[in-house]
Amino acid sequence: MLNFVLRRVVNMMVLLVVVSFVGFWIIQLPPGSILDVQMQRLRAQGGNLPESQIEALRQRYGVDDPFLVQYWKWISRSLQGDFGTSFQTDQSVAERIFNRLGISIGLSLTALLFTWLVSIPIGVYSATHRYTWPDYVITLAQFFGLSIPGFLLALVLLIVASQLWDQPIGGLFSTQFADAPWSIAKVVDFIQHIWIAVIVLAVGATAGLTRVMRANLLDVLNMQYIQTARAKGLTEAVVIWKHAVRNAIHPLVMSLGTLLPALVVGEALIAIILSMPTIGPLYLDALRSQDMYLAGTILVMLSALLLIGNLLADLLLAWVDPRVRLD
Amino acid sequence: MATVAEQLKQSRAPKKTEDVGSIPQWKLMVRRFRQSKLSVIALFVLLIMYALMIFGDFLAPYPHNELDSNSAFVAPTKIVWGPQGPGVYGITQQLNQELLKWEYTEDPSIIYPIRFFVTGHEYRLFAIIPMNVHLFGLETPPGVTQKVFLWGADKEGRDLFSRVLKGSQVSLTLGFVGVVLSVTIGSLIGTTSGYFGGPIDNLIQRLIELIRSFPDLPLYMALAAALPLDVDILVRFFLITIIIALIGWTGLAREVRGKVLAYASLDYTNAALAVGASHWYIITRHLVPNAMSHIIVVGMLAIPGAIGLETALSFLGLGILPPAVSWGVLLRDAQTIQAVVAYPWLLLPVACLVIAVLSFNLLGDGVRDAVDPYG
Repeated sequence: MLNFVLRRVVNMMVLLVVVSFVGFWIIQLPPGSILDVQMQRLRAQGGNLPESQIEALRQRYGVDDPFLVQYWKWISRSLQGDFGTSFQTDQSVAERIFNRLGISIGLSLTALLFTWLVSIPIGVYSATHRYTWPDYVITLAQFFGLSIPGFLLALVLLIVASQLWDQPIGGLFSTQFADAPWSIAKVVDFIQHIWIAVIVLAVGATAGLTRVMRANLLDVLNMQYIQTARAKGLTEAVVIWKHAVRNAIHPLVMSLGTLLPALVVGEALIAIILSMPTIGPLYLDALRSQDMYLAGTILVMLSALLLIGNLLADLLLAWVDPRVRLD
Repeated sequence: MATVAEQLKQSRAPKKTEDVGSIPQWKLMVRRFRQSKLSVIALFVLLIMYALMIFGDFLAPYPHNELDSNSAFVAPTKIVWGPQGPGVYGITQQLNQELLKWEYTEDPSIIYPIRFFVTGHEYRLFAIIPMNVHLFGLETPPGVTQKVFLWGADKEGRDLFSRVLKGSQVSLTLGFVGVVLSVTIGSLIGTTSGYFGGPIDNLIQRLIELIRSFPDLPLYMALAAALPLDVDILVRFFLITIIIALIGWTGLAREVRGKVLAYASLDYTNAALAVGASHWYIITRHLVPNAMSHIIVVGMLAIPGAIGLETALSFLGLGILPPAVSWGVLLRDAQTIQAVVAYPWLLLPVACLVIAVLSFNLLGDGVRDAVDPYG
């Protein structure tokens, strides 16, 4: 087991290095740099910049360095915890990202929990009641859940909620709570703001997982040991939940690895509609304005999240299913 | 009245059963496919959508980018039955000074008739035949510029119906072409990887692992952001298609590799090798056809994702860019709740998108069941 973990961790480290290299290369692909964008803006605001000042800016941002030098500067600083300075706001990248990453991850974990809590019971019900009308309703609902783009659902929910009861629109807090210390009222306000985001984020994944859960359970229910369990007189609930579900749940554990980063990323569109300060809009903004240190760091960080998620899923799977440990 | 013996005899007489083995496989597939009613409906819906797309320029009454400052945010026009057949009421525009919003009032005393097969703006049917006939249009006296807006107008007064038709030409083809490309790449690379094994396999698997280490959407966004902005619409269309294909092939390649690994050691592969077949021949004649049903299913199920991806990228301003239109571009108008509450018809492109994606999902599901008719 230790060997297994070590091998996976080393593999992940190597991948992460390559990913950071390729990721940075992709991010700096577009011609020009944020410096051009900045200078244009400064020129538009007030006349010409002196040549010396432009030169100073060039030096500072290192825009003329060859790619490898830029990469090395960025990655060596990153390893020391200094992710560089965002070109746009002169804030440190770390500060800009971590503020938002926390919200993003918190939101995603909540959505993940929601997904599991909903999809497992519904999947089990739909498998044990196959070809009854609730099963058809669930199946159709799944297809809708998979087909409706998240941002549309966010819009519709927002409209319905704001028309029916006083749903606050956008942001994480109402203005009066924004800077207030944490209190029960603030928590309630927070929940009022984010419930739509959580549901919207979770709907697609829930629909997918419910289908997977149903298909797996149907496979498992055909196995002989289920027949044996029934034959020896166990109650149906024990047969389903103790014997069948435990063996049908592997893919759900495996999906954990891809689901978490997917949720963190998936909120990009939704966050724009709900105007929430999360990582998605920041990434989009950084890409558009060619803020390469910021965009590169986010891309690599999300990749790291994906790899760590996969690792965790593998370990969890090895823990749940002894057969995985063998190879 | 029949005796018990006769009844027994009747019930034992073999029902009209067919020998499944004697029916060609494609017939079994069609039969199985037709069993899933939802998939058949989805297929018809998609056929209609693609037909509308192909004849889009003929059906669209106005050029999709024609601005009309007199018609900003006109609601879908009400069709009435006038003395000369279907028509629309005359509409006057005035500014609501309090809300700073254009308002439109109908004048039931004036009815402009809708005419069919009218001449309008020039276009090329199927991108080849130059034509200027449109299915319908409004006949107005000279000096009146009123239009018929089946699905309302956007903030520039452009006809949403024409725009959705034009947008479908991008949205319904880009995802499809992207998936065809990625399926081709994926099945070839996957087969190669599984067939040759050894260092080639290892290299390909590491490459796949690398690509899959990136989260999808951010990687697509980064690549799309790297595309040049000042290229022709068609070039950008293909560049985005290629991006979708370049990342999308990895999942399929993995699955195909697994299948091929199993086939590669089978007798018929060895027999083919023994009689001197080339690797290329074995891959294209024996291995790919065997994995074909699987490849088709994965491809079908990938199309809705690709369509959604194009929409998402365009919505974010990284995919198809105005003045070109796709459904994602049209959705940009519907991204604030204020706009949607005030002008709900801006959500019509969303409805089209949902119907298309839902139909592809249902169709893919039916095809998945159908390709294995013996199961």
